[in-house]
Amino acid sequence: MDKESMFSISTSPHIRSREDTRSIMLDVIIALIPALAVAAYMFGFRAILMTAVSVCACVFFEWGWRRLMKKSNTVGDLSAVVTGMLLAYCLPPTMPVWAVVIGDLFAIVLVKQLFGGIGKNFVNPALAARAFMASWPVAITTWEQPFSYKGFFSLSSADIITSATPLASMKSGALPETSTLLQVFIGQTPGSLGEVSAFALLLGGIYLVVRRVITPRIPLSFMLTVAALSLLFPGDCGRIEWTLWQLCSGGLMLGAIFMATDYATSPVNPRAQTVYGIGCGLLTVFIRRFGSYAEGVSFSILIMNTAVWLLDRALPSPRFGVTAEMRRSARREARAAKRGTASEEVEAK
Amino acid sequence: MIGPSKPCSYMFLSEVYILARRFYGGIHPDDGKRLASGSAIETLPAPGQVIIPMSMHIGAECSPTVAPGDRVLLGQVIGESSAFVSAPIHATVSGTVAAVEPRLHPNGRKVMSVVIDNDGQDTLHESVVSHTAEVEADPSALLDIVKNAGIVGMGGAAFPTHVKISSGLGKVDTMIVNAAECEPYITADHRVLLENPEEVLSGIHLLRRLLGLEKAYLAVEANKQDAIKLLSSLIAPGSGIEIRVLKTRYPQGAEKQLIQTVTGRQVPPGGLPADVGCIVFNDFSCWSVNRAVKTGLPAIERVVTVSGPSISKPSNFRCRVGTPISCLIEAAGGFSGSADKLLMGGPMMGNAVYSDEVPVIKGTNAVTVLPEAMNLSREEPGCIRCGRCVAACPMHLQPLYLYAYSVKGEARELDRLHVTDCIECGCCAYACPGRLQLVQAIKNAKVLVKNKK
Repeated sequence: MDKESMFSISTSPHIRSREDTRSIMLDVIIALIPALAVAAYMFGFRAILMTAVSVCACVFFEWGWRRLMKKSNTVGDLSAVVTGMLLAYCLPPTMPVWAVVIGDLFAIVLVKQLFGGIGKNFVNPALAARAFMASWPVAITTWEQPFSYKGFFSLSSADIITSATPLASMKSGALPETSTLLQVFIGQTPGSLGEVSAFALLLGGIYLVVRRVITPRIPLSFMLTVAALSLLFPGDCGRIEWTLWQLCSGGLMLGAIFMATDYATSPVNPRAQTVYGIGCGLLTVFIRRFGSYAEGVSFSILIMNTAVWLLDRALPSPRFGVTAEMRRSARREARAAKRGTASEEVEAK
Repeated sequence: MIGPSKPCSYMFLSEVYILARRFYGGIHPDDGKRLASGSAIETLPAPGQVIIPMSMHIGAECSPTVAPGDRVLLGQVIGESSAFVSAPIHATVSGTVAAVEPRLHPNGRKVMSVVIDNDGQDTLHESVVSHTAEVEADPSALLDIVKNAGIVGMGGAAFPTHVKISSGLGKVDTMIVNAAECEPYITADHRVLLENPEEVLSGIHLLRRLLGLEKAYLAVEANKQDAIKLLSSLIAPGSGIEIRVLKTRYPQGAEKQLIQTVTGRQVPPGGLPADVGCIVFNDFSCWSVNRAVKTGLPAIERVVTVSGPSISKPSNFRCRVGTPISCLIEAAGGFSGSADKLLMGGPMMGNAVYSDEVPVIKGTNAVTVLPEAMNLSREEPGCIRCGRCVAACPMHLQPLYLYAYSVKGEARELDRLHVTDCIECGCCAYACPGRLQLVQAIKNAKVLVKNKK
């Protein structure tokens, strides 16, 4: 009888991929590092400090809330770290630190934990917190000019130079005269802390795709939609030039690569993912062109977040073994049956 | 049988061909085949006592036709059923029936079994005679021979082979021999192809002629290059067998996915391979068919891989059906380190058993032993909606939603998401970073849907 208790019993499969939630989140953190490096270069030590405070606050709120609610400690999955980084990334570098902490509280407690924690929230915590932080309308639309810091470690925001973002100038249809496309691509432009460098974000995106953390489906359909619409409706310059400016400026790269691909708030079915990406792209262009804000990436993603369940339900992969021909004939039959009952009803009358 | 061939260019072309028609999803686990793929098949002496369950196949359980104390001979029928979907069961040694009682079965339940004390003589029963001449005169005689020999799908599913042939006769245009062997650790089919290729090929020809087909495909995963080379040298062009080299990817050997890869056809939901003109046999089934014809011996023996990180000397054994797996483990040098899980089959679809007293049955292709370090299940699994399960599912299902609805008990939603299409290959659970027990939830869900209907 000793032998009988020797072996464990469970359902198959008995082997599992080594990859777990923590390793995935660690990959996302690694992919976010290049953007932070560029931000530190452009805006000084303040960028690193702001990100660090945001990360610590998120981790603290996650830990504190779970403890208060007598739930298991989930800090180890590192998802709170990612939320902290992403929220810092989509705020102006001059944002007061106390406001960032309030944003973190909103993201972790209200958006994530009240809905059940990781995987259960229906909108992106960082973006929702950013939308909430529009309650400080001046602070969230004050854009620091790169290299305007006095010393790298200077934390004073008293005499930094502010300027308009490229998108704000492009709202009128004209390209900004103060910077070049190359500067915008590498990140030497006013904007949110982590969004300025399209190059660094693309680097992170490639890392995520190579590590299979995300599929390129959502970022590509998002960017291609923006590109296609920009090509079709250019401003007062060349179509190609306008398109490249549209792609590299604002939060498009950050949004398409890191926000729209957020697992909890994006679809899982391949076709739904493509439509979701296209939807984000359409809304972004509409808001950029017709909205009162210069930038529409965060709102477009938040709006599409609410449609995720619907998209997943409406656009599943075709059932295995059901060919296009079988689907067509099933539809024909359904129509015929409908007509049949309709004509019967007429006869009955 | 040796004829001219050009394996290199040929293999390249078939690779290209296969790539164009790959199935959706799947995973790439560490296949662990290096552990046992180098060890030649060793014949284990028949044990002192064999335990032969009356259910070793899909379909009706057999009733024992012998009683304790009876003398039985090797190859004698000891269990039968009048149902169509069933297969007779034979004595795998000669000797005396010690007991007819429920014993632990690889499926984890107790099943009526015949226990025979081996007399060591291997005295053949009178029914064991060669059928070579008979089959040469009339290929259709093979159907009854297969039926009487109790041959079932030897890849693990154990569907009675004669039922498969009957349902496919006249309907199929493509015969596929499944030597994909995509489950990690298992090398039994690989070794059979290397050591008994002629017997397998002869069995393929027998079945092909019975079905009246010009050609049969022999599907092998690309991780068995030595077997592919050997077989290509043995198959004369135009001889009616064509090798298809498949990409190494789990579950390449699942029947529906194999048909999709080789022919591009998809078996309709709830349908059989015959519905798309296909029939699939495991290569060891072909070996068994050949033996039943040539020597008259029924399905009394099979090749079993004993492997896994917790086995001292991973090996391939030819052993009698009914041999307790404790004998196999002992022959493989016993456990090395901590043995946490004992599996009948491979790690993806195998069944965990709590005791090593279960016997080898017709469909047992492997015994796998895993250490505790490989048990990655988690106290508090959680879905992060990463979608890896959807990307891995070769049946185009949405395991995360099936899991959620299964937990909630929503039979209608489960039915809408076609939960019954699931083949339980385990890709979703393998890929899940939140370590959800997806297969378990889906198994529960199937019961839920069935009860609601």
